[in-house]
Amino acid sequence: MNEHGSARSERLTREDAAYVARLARVDLTEDELDLYAGQLAAVLDHAAQVAAIATSGVEPTAHTLPLRNVLRDDVVRPSLEREEVLAQAPRAEDGRFWVPRILGESP
Amino acid sequence: MNASELAGRVRTGETRAVDVLEQHLRAIEECDGELHAFLTVLGDTARSEAREIDRRLGAGEDPGPLAGVPVAVKDNLCTRGVPTTCASRILEGWLPPYDATVVKRLRGAGAVVVGKTNLDEFAMGSSTENSAFGPTRNPHDPRRVPGGSSGGSAAAVAAGLVPIALGSDTGGSIRQPAALCGVVGLKPTYGTVSRYGLVAFASSLDQVGPFARTVADAATLFDVISGHDPLDSTSLERPNPLALARLEEGVDGMRVGVVVELLDGADASVVKRVHEAAEALAAAGANVEECSVPEVSYALPAYYLLAPAEASSNLARYDGVRYGLRVDASSAEAMNGATRAVGFGPEVKRRIMLGTYVLSAGYYDAYYGQAQKVRTLIIRAFARAYEQADVLLGATTPTTAFELGSKVDDPLAMYLSDVCTVPTNLAGHPAITVPFGVDDLALPVGVQLLAPALGETSMFQAAAVIEGAAPAGALPQICAPTIGAGPTSTRGER
Repeated sequence: MNEHGSARSERLTREDAAYVARLARVDLTEDELDLYAGQLAAVLDHAAQVAAIATSGVEPTAHTLPLRNVLRDDVVRPSLEREEVLAQAPRAEDGRFWVPRILGESP
Repeated sequence: MNASELAGRVRTGETRAVDVLEQHLRAIEECDGELHAFLTVLGDTARSEAREIDRRLGAGEDPGPLAGVPVAVKDNLCTRGVPTTCASRILEGWLPPYDATVVKRLRGAGAVVVGKTNLDEFAMGSSTENSAFGPTRNPHDPRRVPGGSSGGSAAAVAAGLVPIALGSDTGGSIRQPAALCGVVGLKPTYGTVSRYGLVAFASSLDQVGPFARTVADAATLFDVISGHDPLDSTSLERPNPLALARLEEGVDGMRVGVVVELLDGADASVVKRVHEAAEALAAAGANVEECSVPEVSYALPAYYLLAPAEASSNLARYDGVRYGLRVDASSAEAMNGATRAVGFGPEVKRRIMLGTYVLSAGYYDAYYGQAQKVRTLIIRAFARAYEQADVLLGATTPTTAFELGSKVDDPLAMYLSDVCTVPTNLAGHPAITVPFGVDDLALPVGVQLLAPALGETSMFQAAAVIEGAAPAGALPQICAPTIGAGPTSTRGER
């Protein structure tokens, strides 16, 4: 692994890791950023094997079934009980999920 | 005692479901402190389910092929009103408002759900060490891992705490722990078993399947849980391959390909067992030939791009809004980031990061798009192999059970233990692992049979032949006193 050290740091830097963590909405500590930058680089080095495989003209596979759209008649059917679902929420109010303000300035 | 024997005795009135249940609950009580296969044990609800089975039998009804059989369910399958944690802090305390379809089918066949089993957090791992609630131990050697991610289900069945269990297999999470614990494990054809109520990890790869101590029990359980479900849009609308009904038809004339790439890099003791299994199939009349499917070696790197990509998308739902953990903060975005920082463990964070990276602008085509094309190449390679063979044979895992802590700091080394199992998931095909003797340390060895989509019938037939020829297994070090002798003595008799 060690001989790939420089290649790794070129492939995925600590700053890259911080950017990805932000995109993924996971707050990471400084130590975690260092750890994951190194570990992700090692996995990406391994995964880079796929880059060398000739795939020109090959269609990608997203899933293995010969399915397109699955349709059914639009009939009203029972769904989950609202109270039972809301009872599992960290916070609910007036029949709705309660979240901190998303748009505009915080009050 | 195995599941079909137990169900037989309950259905004929020889024993009561409540007594079967109490015996198994005692075994769990005695053994699970050391084993830690279970995250939740359902004493009271299981007792009322068992009483209901006995009542129905008393009224002349037949509860079904699993009448009174205690079953354990991996804790990423939803159970209404019963904690379903995925071994994650982020879902601690969550009570699902519905049952997974497979859980309903188990109960519909007369089974009694006795508990929820430990796993690597969100099924991400190969050792069950990534559980937020502590690792499960291998019943054959408590210093070693049971494999993963369905390590709790595998260990519970191996130790005799339950005769059968359910797990899920995204890249080998049923077959790898089954092999390491010395039990049978099946990854069914994608789409044959409903995913409704299975907490999603990588939706194009995930499939629910059985653990059992005998091939016949695995077949019975597959027959029970498979079938179309309108609640799963990827559920196949076509007849299921029959497993149990045609199990004993043998392999005379069956074409078996021993895949050299599924032996590359495997321990000598594992390779030796695969060759012995091949000889057993040949002795039973199969046409066994070595074959090469070179594209199989692309599967692991492709998998570790595709599965994290799907996971990073699926796990976006754990945002502190609708269920599970919330860490309060002044804005929604700060609340999301803080909640996920506290709620997810290291492996889940790693995979979310990896998946987010390979899906991000500038890398999507090079990593994710390319891996999807490689997936096509793997599917084509299998199609060519199945022109020459009805089933394929290889190792399930490159090694037998490894020691706790030995790979936990090196994610790539851990990922490599899935090298023989991931090709099947990428192709959407079925595969089964059958215990076949032990290595020099008396640790169980599994051999793997693979088949094309919906090829379960032939695959089970070959599995039954291999089981019948298997050298004696070892008695687990941790096992239920009344039940533990079951698997070994069964195999010894043959």
